[in-house]
Amino acid sequence: MIPAAFDYHRPNDLNGVISLLQEHGDDARVIAGGHSLIPLMKLRMAEVPHLIDLQSISELTGIDSGSTIRIGAMTTQADIIDNASLASSAPILKEASLQIADPQVRYMGTVGGNVANGDPGNDMPGLMQCLDATFILRGPNGEREVKARDFYHAAYMTEREDDEVMVAVTFDAPKGGYAYEKQKRKIGDYATAAAAVIISKDGSTCKEASIAMTNLSDTPVFCAAASDSLIGTSVSAEDIKNAVNSMIDAIDPAEDNRGPVEFKKHAAAVVLSRAIERAWQRA
Amino acid sequence: MSGKMQIKLKVNGEDHEFLAEPRELLVHALRERLNLTGSHVGCETGHCGVCTVTLNGKSVKSCTMFVAQADGAELTTVEGMGSPDNLHVLQEAFREHHGLQCGYCTPGMIMRAAKLLEEIPNPTEEQVRFGMAGNLCRCTGYQNIVKSIMAAASEMNSAKEAAQ
Repeated sequence: MIPAAFDYHRPNDLNGVISLLQEHGDDARVIAGGHSLIPLMKLRMAEVPHLIDLQSISELTGIDSGSTIRIGAMTTQADIIDNASLASSAPILKEASLQIADPQVRYMGTVGGNVANGDPGNDMPGLMQCLDATFILRGPNGEREVKARDFYHAAYMTEREDDEVMVAVTFDAPKGGYAYEKQKRKIGDYATAAAAVIISKDGSTCKEASIAMTNLSDTPVFCAAASDSLIGTSVSAEDIKNAVNSMIDAIDPAEDNRGPVEFKKHAAAVVLSRAIERAWQRA
Repeated sequence: MSGKMQIKLKVNGEDHEFLAEPRELLVHALRERLNLTGSHVGCETGHCGVCTVTLNGKSVKSCTMFVAQADGAELTTVEGMGSPDNLHVLQEAFREHHGLQCGYCTPGMIMRAAKLLEEIPNPTEEQVRFGMAGNLCRCTGYQNIVKSIMAAASEMNSAKEAAQ
């Protein structure tokens, strides 16, 4: 389990990172918490001649939580769980983070790594699509913004260019109820199916709804039709069933060691029903 | 490329400096260079937790970190917890409550439990189980590990009260 040799870089600012990325092109990769990349390097499924460690870049840390929330890319899941102000303005982040991996991994795992990696098993991408978040990327020509819902093309294929770094995620503080519901085989496993739901109500009818699913396609799946189907309803059992059916049409799970396609659809239906129920109760 | 780099670590209060390839895993540096063989190598894939150490105040799996990433860090390993003649409260509790059978997972359990009790000094059983979820044991069925950690917590809390 020894990876191929590499040169190690630990720049102190983002300009240093970007110039290393420009200099080494395909031969360079950034490392945040490393808990996706290091296992791949140990298996020699990833070879990285130039490893650029982001740990010393203070511009990438920090959580600003007001009506608009900004989370620096190097913010760890443990940081999110411990941040009382974020837990009150966007509690779905804490609920989801507590379901990622295990305590040791959450001390290392970062928001930026989780969203930028492009692994369909990561939980933050679906969550960010549910929140309609914006990703901020910095490259040689400055910063640009990409919507989470437009960022993912296929497994490990994203909108990010090779010489760009994920700097932060931003989103408006969600209103109403929320739930992140994840089915997994064991602690530390990726989701068999997971659902992120945010619902707001006006009296006893649903005013706004947003639904995104994790690990049920080669990208996270924002379910626009399922979300819209709840709006204006009283979120009855029948309404939830309709939303679940719309979601099933939107996902495209593949058979793997977490089960056959039919089972994954079943698990997806269960987690989404539970998430809608819980979010509605909290709305 | 792939030259060696100068690495500085402070482990259990002692400064160490050595040359290593950046790709060397932290657990191998601890075991093979510093002869601190208490941190074990188990699954080598970040699942089992036997290599858990405290690094800059965080519980980390030292098999999933390159030594280069740890350069400049302050670490505690199980060797920094207690000695055979003077066991740490957690180690004593594991002995007393039979929190181990083969003992392979124990260094990781002790290190993770120490950090957990620092964060939650008076945990519920559920918090202990959730907080220890990154450490696997194939012998005990966890029952006595949880019991040991709960006992150590109560021991540490009474000692704190007595000191006040």
